[in-house]
Amino acid sequence: MATTSRFKTLKDMPVEDYLTPGNTMCAGCGGILAVRIFHKVLGPNVAWINAAGCMTITMSYPLSPIKSNWLYTAFASAPAGAQGVRDALDFLIAKGRLPASEDMKVVVVTGDGAAYDIGFQATAGAIDRNLDFYYLCYDNEAYGNTGFQMSTSTPFGASTKTTPATEAFPLGNTGRKKDLFEVWRIQKAPYVATLSNSHGVDFLRKVEKGGTIKGPKLYIDFAACPTGWGFDPKDSVEVEKLVVQTGIWPLKESVNGVVRHTFVPRSLVPVKEYLKTQERFRHLFEPAEKSEAVSIIQSQVNEYWRKAAAAEDLDVRLPEGAR
Amino acid sequence: MNGKLLTGNAAAASAARLARVDYVPAYPITPQTEIIETIADWVRERKMDTKFVQLESEHSMMTAAGAASLAGARVFTATSSQGLLYALEMLYNVSGWRAPMVLVNVSRALAAPIVLEPDHNDVLAARDSGFLQLHAETCQEVADLVLMAYRVAEDRRVMLPAIVNLDGFYLSFTRERVLLPEQEAVDRFLPQYRPLHPLRASRPVAKGAAVMEGYVYTYFRYNMHAAALRARKVFSEASRDYERLFGRSYGPVEGYMLDDAEYVLVMSNSFTTIGRQAVKRMRERGVAAGLLKLRMVRPFPSEEVAALLRGRKAVAVFDQNLSPGSGGIFYPEIAASLYNAKGRPAAILPVVGGLGGKQLTPKEMTTIFEEMQAIAKEGKTPSPMYLMRNDELARVKRAVALAQGES
Repeated sequence: MATTSRFKTLKDMPVEDYLTPGNTMCAGCGGILAVRIFHKVLGPNVAWINAAGCMTITMSYPLSPIKSNWLYTAFASAPAGAQGVRDALDFLIAKGRLPASEDMKVVVVTGDGAAYDIGFQATAGAIDRNLDFYYLCYDNEAYGNTGFQMSTSTPFGASTKTTPATEAFPLGNTGRKKDLFEVWRIQKAPYVATLSNSHGVDFLRKVEKGGTIKGPKLYIDFAACPTGWGFDPKDSVEVEKLVVQTGIWPLKESVNGVVRHTFVPRSLVPVKEYLKTQERFRHLFEPAEKSEAVSIIQSQVNEYWRKAAAAEDLDVRLPEGAR
Repeated sequence: MNGKLLTGNAAAASAARLARVDYVPAYPITPQTEIIETIADWVRERKMDTKFVQLESEHSMMTAAGAASLAGARVFTATSSQGLLYALEMLYNVSGWRAPMVLVNVSRALAAPIVLEPDHNDVLAARDSGFLQLHAETCQEVADLVLMAYRVAEDRRVMLPAIVNLDGFYLSFTRERVLLPEQEAVDRFLPQYRPLHPLRASRPVAKGAAVMEGYVYTYFRYNMHAAALRARKVFSEASRDYERLFGRSYGPVEGYMLDDAEYVLVMSNSFTTIGRQAVKRMRERGVAAGLLKLRMVRPFPSEEVAALLRGRKAVAVFDQNLSPGSGGIFYPEIAASLYNAKGRPAAILPVVGGLGGKQLTPKEMTTIFEEMQAIAKEGKTPSPMYLMRNDELARVKRAVALAQGES
């Protein structure tokens, strides 16, 4: 990562907080933590543009935990809301009807349901128009706010309310998680990055880097969801760390289409150790381990890192016995 | 008489330009497209100082429109038919945001089957959205009502978005003489938009916040309703100013040969012109016929309707729309306006016609008056009339037979 960053260690995390203590999110919510860190880097002048999801209920009239502007749009069209706000600010400032000091960073914040599914088209439109905005997707791999149903971000093997693991359907979800990073990248977004709250310096630097780029800056934060995934809320950041160490969630960025991994786990932790931390994967291990399913997940990870290692000349050691 | 020959679409675009709109998010759909093409031309030729952006759907277009309004811009956009329905979710949001933008809807009947010509099922699907609605009969009205819509929508007593409706083809592509007001006078009528609590770095606000309790929701919805009701008075004030500046006056309803009329036809939009012809024919036959045109649809002008229809022998409500399983959409609204009125007409005849732009012969229109007369004389209960002629039905059957290879 660029050595010019003002973020060298976690101690460089800005002390200013734009979230007040206390909000309506579940204990251990990865999403609200991502919003908090993101906001620290952006500073005070922000217009958050929200789509329906967990984060929508942080803004419960007449209380707000966020000290900046907020607009809830609808499920499918937050990027279009960002378009309207960005265009209006640009026009009014250009005409001298608004001082430049009123300019704001326009940030779409949605879950994976909006980003991967229902708002997919609106995001594509905003990328095509090269809209100067940030997109923060807090990805908890399902429709969390409605009680944890499958989205196209749900990974293979996860049990959700609409893909429950049963005797007849022992694997839960049999679809593969959509590669939204790649989808956004090939649409020629100038900056796309993955984030994990457990890797704070990497997170801070990526948001900082986005600030130097004009156009769409799109982030997918791996947001642990204790309520939906079934683990102790105190372990949220540990789970987020483990998903990076197993290689399931690669930390990377794409600048003008060129991908670079920003954190390379030298030795991948077996996926099993991550899967075992959560209720949503419990059926893969009980009553007996479904080793075929687990090895499918492991081989997907191995395949990913073999290609990445070849492309970027990385030194990654796969788990022992990996095929 | 001076003026320019303008299509209804050109009149709408011209009014947006005169209103000095800041922002036009757009998406094409027939028969509205000429409006956004005209504005795009003007913007690119530097004849109009406006930010124009083409979105990827009407849903996004309406989202951008409402959001820009909340950020302090005067916003204009246009759509039709399926586009309005695609955007419908956002109409409810934009009115809930109290974003006073103006949307021109160029009516086109809804699929399926897909068709291009107008009826009002599209705009009436937005009836309950919280948008004010003004419906135009002529191209002149289109231009005038767009300007009046901004004045009413942006009034601090209202702060609600507005739809101005015109019929596809019959107005959108028909050139009529239109008097466009002078820019200077429009600027006096419609000063620069001053947003209320906009999104601002210096004074952050939250818009569209969630409410978790029904009573809080009720509080907001009643506020919207009260604001919409206040729009009646604000519209009347705007109308007086408009007349003073431009010499044309618009009430929420408009009567035609109404003073002594015993049989009154209630209509809206461009087909009203056909209704006027029917009234004339009936008058020539010695029948005391009259017409009441609905111009303001939201807020609904129930007081004016009741005042102008009381004491008539019979009333017919012409609905150019159909709610399958119920009938016309305006009919129950007119009936509700009259039910508690003293001296209400003995009979109100429901008429549905002009669906998908189906043309109406003079005879079809005069038949409505004949039916009203029969009902009044015989005291019978009116049964709904659904207009379609035998020759039209025969043409459908002939076409089907041809397609099936029968000679």
